[in-house]
Amino acid sequence: MSLLLQDIMERIYTMNRINHAFEKPGAFIGFLTGGDPDKQTTINCIKALIDAGTDLIEIGVPFSDPCAEGPVIEKADVRALENGMDLEGIFSIIEEIRKNNQNIPIVLLTYYNPVFKYGEDGFLKRLKEVGGDGLIIPDMPYEESEEMRKLTKENNLSLILLVSPTSNERIKTIAEAGDGFIYVVSSMGTTGVRSKITTDIPSMIKKIKDVTNVPAAVGFGISTPEQAEKMCETADGAIVGSAIVKIIEENGKESPELVYNYAKQMKEAALKGGLKRQ
Amino acid sequence: MYNMPKMGRFGDFGGQYVPETLMNAVIELDEAFHHYKNDPKFNDDFNDLLKKYAGRPSLLTYAKNLSTELGGPKIYLKREDLNHTGSHKINNVLGQALIAQRLGKTRLIAETGAGQHGVATATVAAYLGMDCDIFMGREDTVRQALNVYRMELLGAKVHPVDSGTATLKDAVNEALREWTRKVTDTHYLIGSVMGPAPFPEMVRHFQSVISKEIKNQILEQEGKLPSAVLACVGGGSNAMGAFYHFIDNPEVRLIGCEAAGRGVETPYTAASINTGTDGIFHGMKSLFNQNEEGQIAPVYSISAGLDYPGIGPEHTYLHKIGRAEYVPVTDNEAVKAFELLSRTEGIIPAIESAHAVAHAVKIADEFNSDENIVINLSGRGDKDVAAIARYNGKDLYDE
Repeated sequence: MSLLLQDIMERIYTMNRINHAFEKPGAFIGFLTGGDPDKQTTINCIKALIDAGTDLIEIGVPFSDPCAEGPVIEKADVRALENGMDLEGIFSIIEEIRKNNQNIPIVLLTYYNPVFKYGEDGFLKRLKEVGGDGLIIPDMPYEESEEMRKLTKENNLSLILLVSPTSNERIKTIAEAGDGFIYVVSSMGTTGVRSKITTDIPSMIKKIKDVTNVPAAVGFGISTPEQAEKMCETADGAIVGSAIVKIIEENGKESPELVYNYAKQMKEAALKGGLKRQ
Repeated sequence: MYNMPKMGRFGDFGGQYVPETLMNAVIELDEAFHHYKNDPKFNDDFNDLLKKYAGRPSLLTYAKNLSTELGGPKIYLKREDLNHTGSHKINNVLGQALIAQRLGKTRLIAETGAGQHGVATATVAAYLGMDCDIFMGREDTVRQALNVYRMELLGAKVHPVDSGTATLKDAVNEALREWTRKVTDTHYLIGSVMGPAPFPEMVRHFQSVISKEIKNQILEQEGKLPSAVLACVGGGSNAMGAFYHFIDNPEVRLIGCEAAGRGVETPYTAASINTGTDGIFHGMKSLFNQNEEGQIAPVYSISAGLDYPGIGPEHTYLHKIGRAEYVPVTDNEAVKAFELLSRTEGIIPAIESAHAVAHAVKIADEFNSDENIVINLSGRGDKDVAAIARYNGKDLYDE
């Protein structure tokens, strides 16, 4: 195969991994912090998530000052860093998962500084090399993302952009630049479990769908099957982070089985919601 | 001429690295700031408050005894310590609060380290009838207990922050989180020339009254510009204010005095220009104390107000283009200067400002007696008396 053709095939294959996650309605996306409380537990929990039918894995790169995070994920970051997790450790988690699984899409959620410090292009090349599919940078808004969008494209990775309840007329611009999927922030504030989500999600989704076919998944505050079902009645997927991290906080190494049970019911609920939509 | 920021940048530094949820708020603020800074009614209101509420212009005092003792240039002190609330912080707070009101915000939140910015914000919130919440590292609420009570007296709620190192950077994290939750009715009144655009430019604008006054006062008193202007730098608001109107006068040396803590060769330092590297944090690209993986480092200084792992992007720019010098000053040197100024001039400086006094002592012999230099005395030192006593092994309260 010529290099060019190989590149094209590779590109299609990678894009397909994230696209594939949204082929069926009601995708369930699970987040956990890499290295919380240790690398092996993270690997075991990711495997449990995959076994339970999770459609996309989001691994949080622990950061000293996670300003967009609520207390649950912030504490997970502290635990991971205290136990020595670093970027190479995060990359090796993806490598480990890829040994047995070529299909599950894996994206990183990382603050910009660790990427910047590593060197953007080097970071993306390493992420690609270990089998990652994309990244989410919560402190990089659209206006600061031009260079990173270019670099992710060059490296056949997706830069997943976020829209929030305050985005309003910005939604169109962001959605047009969307790649992989659009991360719809469901409520104001930081990540964390919320009992009620009051934002008008359907109208946000509609604004996105008006301009792009890129799937839209909703996150921030989703923890119950009811919420996941409801979100997937309008969105292409539901993202759950803090609720999973909370299980890991409380159960440490014993978490994988509980994570499996939780993810299974969440996946079923997401699917149920997604089917109603069709 | 000095390049004005383009798109919120000073050279390569600055920017708007904040979560999407805050983007419309910072864009709205940027538009409001650039509109009102040229609005005559706004400027009348602002200048009126500076004059009749904050007590401006602040004095430029000739420090005769200190000058004689050091035997170098004539040393002048810009007396920001004489402002209402005891520091330069009130200048910026008044400006931003007036903009916040015009944007229909009813609540002010702020981070504070030493408590000076928190006290200024609580004061102005009380005066303008706005709600006020202050975020302060737990460690700092202990170091600056008096200021905590002062803020509560003024009607503000003080939230101690336990995360991370429980100091200024963690207070900023928490204030950012709170702003993300309540962005529709709340203005985050950032206290230094840091954070996402427009904050670095806006805070500098409201603080630049300091250098504007210095220029007029020194020309009136000495008939010529100072050979140097010195100011302490944490985030860098008093320094930016004191430098700004001298940037286009290359004969005036601009010297920022960083908190070296126990020394720049130790990990117990907060000198971001001297020990930091390029990074992106708290909304801006600038210099930060961090490890090779981009994790922000815990920093240390005796001064709670300078105990921050970064510096405003305009300072980083001035440093990189060589227009300003940034020097480290240790705890010990700052404490000695705190005592020296108290003894020679009868003026107790904030421990932050004492860093600038300490460096003036160090470099006095670089100047002739017909030259003059200006130290920006950013705040008064009453709040620090107990901590300095502790540093010297005396506990004032627990006998």
